[in-house]
Amino acid sequence: MTDRVTPQELLALDSLLTAEEAAFADSVRRLVGDVVRPHVAQWYETGVTPVRDLARELGKLGLLGAHLTGYGCAGVSAVAYGLSCLELEAGDSGVRSLVSVQGSLAMYAIWKYGSEEQKQEWLPRMAAGEAIGCFGLTEPDHGSDPAGMTTRAVRDGDDWLLTGTKMWITNAPVAELAVVWAKVDQGVTGFVVPLDLPGVTVNEIHNKLSLRASATGELVFDRVRLPASAQLPEARGLKAPLSCLTEARYGIVWGALGAARDCLETAIDYTTTRTQFGRPLAGFQLTQAKLADLTLEYQKGWLLAHHLGRLADSGQLKPEQVSVGKLNNVREAIAIARTCRTMLGANGISGEYPIMRHANNLESVLTYEGTSEVHQLVIGQKLTGLSAFA
Amino acid sequence: MKIVVLVKQVPDSGSERSLRADDGTVDRASASNVINEMDEYAIEEALKIAEAQGGEVTLLTMGPDAATESIRKALSMGPDGAVHVTDDALHGSCALGTSKVLAAALRTLEFDLVLCGAESTDGRTQTMPHMLAERLGVPALTGARKLTVEGSTLTVERQTDEGYEVVQATGPAIVSVWDTINEPRYPSFKGIMAAKKKPIATKSLADLGVEAGEVGLAGATSKVLSSAKRPARSGGQKVEDSGNGGADLVAYLSAEKFV
Ligand SMILES: Cc1cc2nc3c(=O)[nH]c(=O)nc-3n(C[C@H](O)[C@H](O)[C@H](O)COP(=O)(O)OP(=O)(O)OC[C@H]3O[C@@H](n4cnc5c(N)ncnc54)[C@H](O)[C@@H]3O)c2cc1C
Repeated sequence: MTDRVTPQELLALDSLLTAEEAAFADSVRRLVGDVVRPHVAQWYETGVTPVRDLARELGKLGLLGAHLTGYGCAGVSAVAYGLSCLELEAGDSGVRSLVSVQGSLAMYAIWKYGSEEQKQEWLPRMAAGEAIGCFGLTEPDHGSDPAGMTTRAVRDGDDWLLTGTKMWITNAPVAELAVVWAKVDQGVTGFVVPLDLPGVTVNEIHNKLSLRASATGELVFDRVRLPASAQLPEARGLKAPLSCLTEARYGIVWGALGAARDCLETAIDYTTTRTQFGRPLAGFQLTQAKLADLTLEYQKGWLLAHHLGRLADSGQLKPEQVSVGKLNNVREAIAIARTCRTMLGANGISGEYPIMRHANNLESVLTYEGTSEVHQLVIGQKLTGLSAFA
Repeated sequence: MKIVVLVKQVPDSGSERSLRADDGTVDRASASNVINEMDEYAIEEALKIAEAQGGEVTLLTMGPDAATESIRKALSMGPDGAVHVTDDALHGSCALGTSKVLAAALRTLEFDLVLCGAESTDGRTQTMPHMLAERLGVPALTGARKLTVEGSTLTVERQTDEGYEVVQATGPAIVSVWDTINEPRYPSFKGIMAAKKKPIATKSLADLGVEAGEVGLAGATSKVLSSAKRPARSGGQKVEDSGNGGADLVAYLSAEKFV
């Protein structure tokens, strides 16, 4: 056998990283190897993940709100943050979701739109993984079209009374606080809502066949009394939650590649050792064509993610560019996962191997943070100047 | 408490390593170089002591300029600073020569404790702590699987093939550690970023007052005369089970002294 390289090594992709960026990725890879990989198959099988313990481990490394500055956050570059998402999702999309929601949705919303008191109160504890946050935008009747939300907050003296239901909320069953988006007279705004307040009900969503190593829930608010200080003072209009989504989507552009890489590595490992018809499966041309084509898509996706990361680090990244990345990389990652699954035959459907878990997880990743169709519409509108949303 | 940790950059033991054809020294140029695995345990132990009792942790490395990369990595675990001894004349130094240089560097530093890995994965001599102790006139507690520091009293569980010995010394002293002593931390994001700004003092042989002729290939007391690649793994021996497979297996294992 001649010298072999991994899909990552084939194009020397790591040569585009600084030593420091590689060091960040290395630390996350080691952490995932120690605290995620040995347990994740069981978390997935049982649908029970020790999110709080996990969050503290992730916090110790600096992964929660890693790209934010101050308030106990590390302040790493966009590329370094992206690489962390990739390494986390090579473990499991659910673990990456925990980090995305905590850092890019809940913490980012407070960091960007919150008052100084809100930042002081929540961000250091959230960065350490001692307080878990969630982000309530989607409602049972309003997913792709959040502008139609019916959750409302009305004034009662200086206080607010919050009423409504948020659905499909990652981390909700384990969270101390939710950033909740609601309509007020002036339009959409955000509130920081501790989930132990009277009138708040959290229901866990069971029977998920995807993202099972992540806690998902429903938040019901029944005239929840909030002080004026609970409102995010700088959040005005729907563009506030949408800007948070752009942050988190950027992480997904990288993250999905992690799941893809793990599938590819598993398939290469498997097909080079499994023998049929007297030779390793990887020795057949049809297998090699699959591996070559999938590796091309992985590499193209990585280069795209890296390009977006450098744009972000120079302050030039635009939301529609993130849509390009999310549309392409999640779509290709799911295709990679499915094709890798075929190469493992029956073992491909077994929880002993990570591929089916990744493939199932990526179905959620395809849907949340803007479905593929929504991103096609974003890109289409940018190309044609015509909105086809409604 | 002032702690100095000896850190060596070595070729990654997980990948292909070779000796140079011209002078028989380790080929560092074509290898992927990493911190000697055992040294990470020494760093962790130093950090734990400094965190519990207060103190300062300084790394000491002798190696080519490129070793800076490994020093930064080691600093990202948490030490306060590093001293890097680098000089063209050091290439090819034997263990004795290296100990001369490290001892000279240690004399310029204040320390209550010197920690190092029990061995390096390239040289594997396990002699450095003894040589340094001799040169500096301090005790050496080697091969530790546990270290307790109470005031200036150092107590070590010294790992042996049969079990362990409890040995004690009064600092300053040198302690070498095995990978059973702790679980090294991963560099945190903040640690990685802080490492960029930590001081690395560079010293030449002249700075340390060591003559170039006493070290390096020229001054080496041992020399590689010839070397050969490890033979490729052979196919191993297959025990066919035609009724007495169990007995055959046991016969093989006891012949090879595995049981
Ligand atoms: C595991 C998981 C975790 C989640 N976590 C969170 C969270 O933490 N916080 C949160 O707020 N939300 C969360 N979500 C919700 C997620 O963001 C929504 O599911 C998503 O926005 C899609 O909304 P929907 O499910 O209501 O689908 P719908 O909007 O009803 O869409 C159904 C289908 O119709 C298509 N469609 C919709 N509109 C158009 C159109 N104009 N043109 C063409 N096609 C269209 C969609 O692309 C999709 O294929 C999560 C979802 C999942 C599955």
